[in-house]
Amino acid sequence: MNLHEYQARELLKEAGIAVPDGDVADTPEAVEKIAERLGGKVVVKAQVHAGGRGKAGGVKLADTAAEAKEHARAILGMEIKGLTVEKVLVAPAEDIATESYVGVIVDRESQRAVVMVSPEGGVDIEEVAAKTPEKIFKVAVDPRYGLLAHEAMGLAFELFDDIKLVRQAAGIISKLYQVFVSSGASLIEINPLVSTPEGTVKALDAKLGVDDNELGRKPKIEALRDLSSEDPSEVDAREAGLSFIKLDGNVGCCVNGAGLAMATMDLVKYYGGDPANFLDIGGSSNPQKVVTALEIITRDKNVKAILFNIFGGITRCDDVANGIVTALDQTEIKVPLVIRLTGTNEAEGIKILEDRGLSALTDMDDAVEKAVAMAKEAA
Amino acid sequence: MSIFIDEKTKLVVQGITGRDGSFHSSQMIEYGTQVVAGVTPGKGGQKFEDKVPVFNTMAEAVEATGANASVIYVPATFAADAIIEAGDADVALIVCITEGLPVQDMTRVIPFLAERNIRLIGPNCPGLISPGKSKVGIIPATICAEGRVGLVSRSGTLTYEIVHQLTTSGIGQSTCIGIGGDPIIGTNFIDCLEAFQADDETDAIVMMGEIGGTDEQKAAEYVAANVTKPVVGFIAGQTAPPGRRMGHAGAIISGSAGTAAEKMEAFRKAGIGVMERPADVVKLIKERL
Repeated sequence: MNLHEYQARELLKEAGIAVPDGDVADTPEAVEKIAERLGGKVVVKAQVHAGGRGKAGGVKLADTAAEAKEHARAILGMEIKGLTVEKVLVAPAEDIATESYVGVIVDRESQRAVVMVSPEGGVDIEEVAAKTPEKIFKVAVDPRYGLLAHEAMGLAFELFDDIKLVRQAAGIISKLYQVFVSSGASLIEINPLVSTPEGTVKALDAKLGVDDNELGRKPKIEALRDLSSEDPSEVDAREAGLSFIKLDGNVGCCVNGAGLAMATMDLVKYYGGDPANFLDIGGSSNPQKVVTALEIITRDKNVKAILFNIFGGITRCDDVANGIVTALDQTEIKVPLVIRLTGTNEAEGIKILEDRGLSALTDMDDAVEKAVAMAKEAA
Repeated sequence: MSIFIDEKTKLVVQGITGRDGSFHSSQMIEYGTQVVAGVTPGKGGQKFEDKVPVFNTMAEAVEATGANASVIYVPATFAADAIIEAGDADVALIVCITEGLPVQDMTRVIPFLAERNIRLIGPNCPGLISPGKSKVGIIPATICAEGRVGLVSRSGTLTYEIVHQLTTSGIGQSTCIGIGGDPIIGTNFIDCLEAFQADDETDAIVMMGEIGGTDEQKAAEYVAANVTKPVVGFIAGQTAPPGRRMGHAGAIISGSAGTAAEKMEAFRKAGIGVMERPADVVKLIKERL
């Protein structure tokens, strides 16, 4: 789950990291009020889960409160990478002397949290890593001790020469690591971390991605979830315990297991079709999950055929078959179903389907080919 | 031979009285795995299916039975602690089936086990089976057959698909192992490749990877340098869009890294037979045996 900038900066502030004043608003009038309170030049920033907000016109400077209101009118409701801007952050425009980058990620290679800094801030860090890797400095943190004071200082010395700035930066780096741990993050970034001409180091932007597996034990973080920023079908799927991602094709897919679900999408493509979604019904086979899955897939008007690919292990074929039959009893499904069932309780599952006038295939390639052909016919 | 488990494996089941734990313990016992103990705090002194003693702690279970492996079915919130408890009880092999472990928990688990030289398989994995010898985890035994192909995979049901394709074509397996779909896991592809290369009952290796990370690329380099047995491989997620997590926490294309195309290219360069689709496994293995 990703947090908005205004939510992430609040967590940084609570941890004692210097962030500029400012507030979030969802109407141009409220933006004007905040700008009046702040006085002077302000920046109005779109709050969406997308990078490149500046390039898309979602970040604007304003000299007066009236101008801030005008910018807010333009930015609120605009679309950035398919996401509608519902809120903007209004903050004072800072005088900037230098821009750096500070971040913490879970690194697959060292299997640890890695703290990264770069004196090249304010730009896409992946680009810095690709073009000038020597300008990125890293420390892999030993989780038993946390980020040590001298490690934070060492990183801060890569950003600044002036000891006063180094100490401020080291403090921010240490606190950022603490927020990383306490929020259950998989990624946290300040980009840019700026120094002002007066010699203050501040976090001008904040990005925080939380490990979904942490949310169960972090209710305060879970409460920050912004449902309006997510695809409604993906929200419903998550609440039903399904893993679902909408795609652009016309073959709806319902599979058990993430690896098999990906391989099924790939096979749809291999036979000349296009998958409409990724959907993993997960390991346990509650028939209700199958009902919800079908409901979510059929909501997508592009879908011309639905393909079930079930290899029973923990998931039992009879449970899936019962789910399909229940779904058909509840709602009329207008697109053809192609069902592949094999594995645990296969015979029972096929019998349940046959009693309802449905048939099932046992081979994955046969099923995918058939679903692709049916989707083409209907399109 | 086979790798990591065989008829000498003496297993403790952590979470033996839970819904999944009890179901799969019965299946493992039925298959012939030596399940010597179970652990559920507060249920010490009970017996599972009237024969397997249940203990409150791993230390007691290992002390009383001489177990050398554990399998974990406890809920995600307790799973990291369960792994560490098993490590402290000094079993040689820990298999964690549980999915949904916070990745920061894994950053604590990994160094704890490394210091004690203990092998972890998973988390978020189906476990492993050496057909005819032992099964630890949840891979359905009915789809496997004894034979000489080793299989290592990051996924669960896709592993079953491949094993099923092999078995129905008359190709048996030495060991099938699912290493898990999380970003931080214990045993990786290279560990399995090394073990299969050294195993005199394995003639060829199937490697099932997916998008995300660079483990497959590193494994390909390892194959080119160290593996003389034929290897065939598959990458799931060829059609996955970047930046979206495809179910598995580890299956995400970040930036331009971790794509299926990049991994398949690494396989080709290393002389690994690349499967375009799961069904290709049979043809590619037959060509190489």
